[in-house]
Amino acid sequence: MTIDQLQAAAANNLWAAITPEIALGVLALLLLGLEMLLPKARHAIIPACAIAGQLGILAALALNFTATPYLDRDTFNGLLHHSRDGQYLRAFFLVSSILVSILGVVALARQKMPRVEFFHIVLVVTAAMMLLAQSANFVLLFVALETITVGFYILVSYTRANPLSLEAGLKYLVLGALSSAILLFGIVLLYGVSGNPNALGSTDAPMSYAGVHQFLKANPDNFLASVGIVFVLAGIAFKIGAVPFQIWIPDVYQGAPTPVTAFLAVASKAAGFAVLIGLLPVFQPYAGLVTTVLSIMAGATILFGNLAALTQHNVKRLLGLSGVSHAGYLLMGVVAAQTLPQAVGAIYFYLFAYLLASFAVFAVMTHVAGVNDAEQDLDHYADFAKKRPYLAGVLAIGLGSLAGIPPLAGFMGKLLVFIAAFKAGLYPLLAIAIVGVVLSIYYYFGWIKAAYFSSWRPPLAPGEAEPAEAAVTPVGLSAGIALGALAVGSVVLGFFQGPIATWLLSR
Amino acid sequence: MPDLLLLSILAPLAAALLLLVPAPLAARKFIAGVGFAIPALIALYLWSQFNPTGGASYHFVSRYDTGLKDALGITLYLGLNGIALPLFVLAGVVGLAAGLYAIQSKAERLPLYLGLLLVMQAGLMGVFASMDVFFFYFFHELALIPTFIMVGVWGGRDRGYAAMKLTIYLTLGAMLSLIGLIAIYQQSGAETFDLLALRQELAHGSLAAGEQKTIFGLLLVGFGILVSLFPFHTWAPLGYGAAPSSAAMLHAGVLKKFGLYGLIQIALPLLPEGVGHWVGWLALLAVGGNVLYIGFVTIAQRDLKQMIGYSSVMHMGYAFLGIAAYNTIGLGGVVLMMVAHGLSVALLFLLSTSIYHRTQTFDMDDMGGLAQKAPVLAAFFVTATMASIGLPGLANFWGELAIFVGAWKFSAVYTTLAVSGVIISAVYGLRSVARIFFGPVTPAFAKVSAEKAPADLAWGEKMPALLLLVALLAIGFWPKSLSTPVDTAITATFRK
Repeated sequence: MTIDQLQAAAANNLWAAITPEIALGVLALLLLGLEMLLPKARHAIIPACAIAGQLGILAALALNFTATPYLDRDTFNGLLHHSRDGQYLRAFFLVSSILVSILGVVALARQKMPRVEFFHIVLVVTAAMMLLAQSANFVLLFVALETITVGFYILVSYTRANPLSLEAGLKYLVLGALSSAILLFGIVLLYGVSGNPNALGSTDAPMSYAGVHQFLKANPDNFLASVGIVFVLAGIAFKIGAVPFQIWIPDVYQGAPTPVTAFLAVASKAAGFAVLIGLLPVFQPYAGLVTTVLSIMAGATILFGNLAALTQHNVKRLLGLSGVSHAGYLLMGVVAAQTLPQAVGAIYFYLFAYLLASFAVFAVMTHVAGVNDAEQDLDHYADFAKKRPYLAGVLAIGLGSLAGIPPLAGFMGKLLVFIAAFKAGLYPLLAIAIVGVVLSIYYYFGWIKAAYFSSWRPPLAPGEAEPAEAAVTPVGLSAGIALGALAVGSVVLGFFQGPIATWLLSR
Repeated sequence: MPDLLLLSILAPLAAALLLLVPAPLAARKFIAGVGFAIPALIALYLWSQFNPTGGASYHFVSRYDTGLKDALGITLYLGLNGIALPLFVLAGVVGLAAGLYAIQSKAERLPLYLGLLLVMQAGLMGVFASMDVFFFYFFHELALIPTFIMVGVWGGRDRGYAAMKLTIYLTLGAMLSLIGLIAIYQQSGAETFDLLALRQELAHGSLAAGEQKTIFGLLLVGFGILVSLFPFHTWAPLGYGAAPSSAAMLHAGVLKKFGLYGLIQIALPLLPEGVGHWVGWLALLAVGGNVLYIGFVTIAQRDLKQMIGYSSVMHMGYAFLGIAAYNTIGLGGVVLMMVAHGLSVALLFLLSTSIYHRTQTFDMDDMGGLAQKAPVLAAFFVTATMASIGLPGLANFWGELAIFVGAWKFSAVYTTLAVSGVIISAVYGLRSVARIFFGPVTPAFAKVSAEKAPADLAWGEKMPALLLLVALLAIGFWPKSLSTPVDTAITATFRK
């Protein structure tokens, strides 16, 4: 490489294009600095700084949402590609991290744990997610994905006094490493075949999406490339929790602190789908293979998630498994997106509705959870509606939206994805999805039933004391506003999709 | 003026939101009453303004964009034609009656109960005012969800089980019909849910006969589950048995008609070539299952609410027979019958709860001689039963008569069998009257009335009952007020 090329490459870097990510990183470092500088008594303001900082970045991002000069451009020599979907996902991940931070304040107050690191890691992970969603190169994809995964290793086992949390951390570490290895192996195979100078259509940039695409197009039935594609898909399936790579979900979701579970369930899953959607055009020459693999996965994921969730009593496991089924519906949308660009908009709308509903439910769970965060049972919700009507109302809206019941946002998400699947002619998958939705009614309503319908309790034996009431954390101001906003958002978006749907679906 | 339809949907929703604001109970009751009254008044006003000469065309049309117009061709498109108008009026009247009855009830957490009823009312008005197939479905679900919650929280015996069963059955039915509707949207290539545009598009034969057959089958099963077509009826008696009275009134009286309305307004006109394949099965299930089999099951009931629930399942058989007949007289009869049955079954559910408050039981074997203590209640109940049997002078007679006339052209055998079902209704109807109101006082009832002497109907109960009764009589003596718009619209829609 000559000096001129290097200079040209450096000139192509355009650091300003990733201002939001850099701002998040600076904010993360600032939190650590504040912890050293501030006296211990004033540490309580650090989380507030984190939330305020993220709100500021979100506001700046919203102002430059369409005005940014980097739209539809490659920067950093093709490592990144900035698109409107990328802008949407940046906002999506920022909103999730703000909500996780708010939940973190509530949850960490009950634990004797270092506080600041939690917010620091959440910020770093969020920045990595943003980069991942915009990556156009397998190197950046892997680096960003590993940053996320390593951050989650720490977050999952954050309540280190709790053995279940540690177990979850270990499981996530082992299985996460395995999935990274599979993904990396797939990437290397693709790199190897498309970088082979003797092969037809070989490329001198075998790590870039464009290069790999060029090779795949020229060799539509290369065996090693097919294996590589399947391995890459398998690695991503781990992140989104699709069958048969869903085994880590229930244990890790249960053991992780509730805010982290929410982060995993929403942002990590969305990141996986962002990567998948980004890779679809790259793998286009192998569309038949991708369709087969993803269709089988989608059907199995929908059925497994719903069937396994039916018998759960621990609400964190229940949400984990129901989240698996949501991944299945979304995968159906991804299959449709191969032939129908509009399906991508449907997936992003679904994800946003899923964000609103999931965070509403997780926020309620964070308030209900006791010191032992891993043990949250349906029984803890007995007479919940009478004792805590506000939380119960938010819970019902969140669960109803997850179940896909009109007039809530979740229904519109499902409708858009189902219409996309219908247009793409995926009738068998649609039939499975319908079965899944009806099954899901059982467990979502079982939870609402536990919270709303007064239940029979065995009479006290002589000498037995009334069982101790689990103390529900009182709702603070910021958490209360967040809960209300999530519930109202789910309802309003169900009635009036307005510019969001128009913008997402026009493509 | 065209915004009146939107107002009839938004007013109950606004009232439901206002009920969340802490206020004295009396003020909240007043707000709820206004919320129920506005849609009823709008419905009656629009009825008086309705010009029936327009054939199948829609009146009072308005359109609003909710953000899905460009991408999916979905808009909130409101209007009434001659088929929708009677049901819109039904929804307004029964809603007001159910609301008034709920306001005077002493239900626990009354504001929440009223709020849910108001949401349901908004959904019902929306269902029959929608000209967009998507919103037609959407509003149905909006009305359905509160039903589940009301059964589960305020229900009677077996409420948990009943709520769950109701939820799963009705969700399945709704999902199947949604897939059927999406199939019409997609396969026709119209790319719109606008009912009029769909009719125009499909008039060019853009759906092959085979596709029409499949889609009609999907819609028939989906809507059939929602209307308790045999053998998918088991949720209905159980659910109505457990539901609190106002919820049962609104669901059995109005919401259940959604499926029949969907068949007449959407499935039959859009998929004419799919119908013929299914009418044989439909008539068999309707007459053999709903009318005769369920008829006998109804006779065997001891529980008053279960009996009314089963009888409503049985009457749906007549409606399905009228649809199977698939001619203008039969279909017109179905629309009339939907209105008449809605009024009479709502009245019966209302009165059964009033009876319960006096006898402390729904078991008819433990009642007897109530007429001496509550003659007005007895008079109401006898009239409602007569209406349900189909006595001339009450609304139901005209509906059933038209269905039988229409069905005769379709099949004389089925019609004869269905007419004999009227005898079955007479048996259980008259027997229930005898067991509840006449005869010797049973020991159980004597004990209850010794503790607290049963009073006759109070004004709070009489008002909603009167409202329904007047409507039944008005249509019974002056059927033309409804049959003219229905007839012109049906004739124009199904002109061959």
